[in-house]
Amino acid sequence: MNPRVLVGVLALQGAFDAHVQRLTDLGLESRLVKNTSDLVDLDGIILPGGESTTMSNLLVASDLGVELSKRLHDGLPVFGTCAGMIMMARTIHDGRPDQISLDVMDIQVRRNGYGRQNDSFEQDITITSLDSPFHALFIRAPVIESIGNDVEVLASIDERPVLVRQAYALASSFHPELVTDLRVHEIFLSIIHESLTTSKR
Amino acid sequence: MSSSNNAQVGSFPVKRGLAEMLKGGVIMDVVTPGQAKIAEDAGACAVMALERVPADIRRDGGVARMSDPDMIEGIKAAVTIPVMAKARIGHFVEAQILQALGVDFIDESEVLTPADEAHHIDKYKFTTPFVCGATNLGEALRRISEGAALIRSKGEAGTGNIVEAVRHLRSILGDIKKIGSADSAELFEWAKRLQAPLSLVQEIAETGKLPVPLFCAGGLATPADAALAMQLGAECVFVGSGIFKSDNPGPRAKAIVEATTHYMDAKILAKVSAGLGAPMTGIGMDEINQRYADRGW
Repeated sequence: MNPRVLVGVLALQGAFDAHVQRLTDLGLESRLVKNTSDLVDLDGIILPGGESTTMSNLLVASDLGVELSKRLHDGLPVFGTCAGMIMMARTIHDGRPDQISLDVMDIQVRRNGYGRQNDSFEQDITITSLDSPFHALFIRAPVIESIGNDVEVLASIDERPVLVRQAYALASSFHPELVTDLRVHEIFLSIIHESLTTSKR
Repeated sequence: MSSSNNAQVGSFPVKRGLAEMLKGGVIMDVVTPGQAKIAEDAGACAVMALERVPADIRRDGGVARMSDPDMIEGIKAAVTIPVMAKARIGHFVEAQILQALGVDFIDESEVLTPADEAHHIDKYKFTTPFVCGATNLGEALRRISEGAALIRSKGEAGTGNIVEAVRHLRSILGDIKKIGSADSAELFEWAKRLQAPLSLVQEIAETGKLPVPLFCAGGLATPADAALAMQLGAECVFVGSGIFKSDNPGPRAKAIVEATTHYMDAKILAKVSAGLGAPMTGIGMDEINQRYADRGW
């Protein structure tokens, strides 16, 4: 159990329930984030999969977008999956012109870069810190086309990164919340613990 | 090293995965690329491409079929969000065509005129995921056993009247609750009564929910309708005629998107419901001569 850690899950649209389930499986407390008041006292936040354009619209419809961006740039640990990763990216290709970028990771992504639903796939991937493969689902997934110098690649398929980290930010083009294997969420939890240890100093 | 050699497309988890991504959103019926743009601008999580919205199908009568591929291609080119399209119940060739067109979801829909009065499509044969309508839990489980990755309550499309959608949602979710408190012997009786596979009934008893996401469709016209469906337990809403048969489609569509996200927050619901102009007029159930919800078996 990790009773002291509170993780938010952005709940404007998308697969936020599945992330809550994984956090519960890890014995963590979680909170759905729909409004700015939901950001108070969070130790980390997950940006789920879904439609990035829908979430972008809803973020700018209230103050939440501005407040969330502020918290992320202050160093709040963040984990984005698929659409969540798109919103974190510095540069978004094939997005909508008015789509917002939270710009917390130095990566360039291409929306639906792996294709439409008929090209969606599942396969085992190798993650650097794990001793056995992780089964990953890619749904209309974004491609990470390039990464900055400060970005660490934790997993790739055919030389294209699919799991990346920069400081306290973690992003995947696949959906670890859709499988019961908790190891990718555990990586995020260790990032949260790192940030808590550092900020106490 | 990983390689793409072991990648698998079209598996059930991959199909169901897209249904998971649509949760908490609004899927809007559109008949032109222009409408599709309005829907995407408003924050739709997907669009349903069709030739006529249900209200017009109802008015025009005749046989309603799959849309012209040109029209579907036009809508696919206009937006970046997932595009769904409808095939007639049992018309597996229309479904093959829609899959070849690369739509993201196929709706085997009672809104179109059924092509087969006994058989639904074997949805396991397709890479593209399917959504099917249901009026009760037995119907939902039969569709899931045929491979549907997503269930929507049918409601009564093209009426602007939510009463049937509420009836169907309450029926499906009510029976799921009852199965949750049934003992193992009673599950055999439930499977018989629902005319559904025992394994799926047992799964519901264990998990307390459908094996695939449950969305709501049929007769939604206002932000409050969307929030009602969500509070009753739907995980996403389809809005058909309700948007583009109203006075002010863009603002109404945006308001319905916000209402679906903030469905528990009455203050936000009040704010987004204001000043939208007239909703579609709608019709009472005693005024219609054809109930689409009765189609499907």
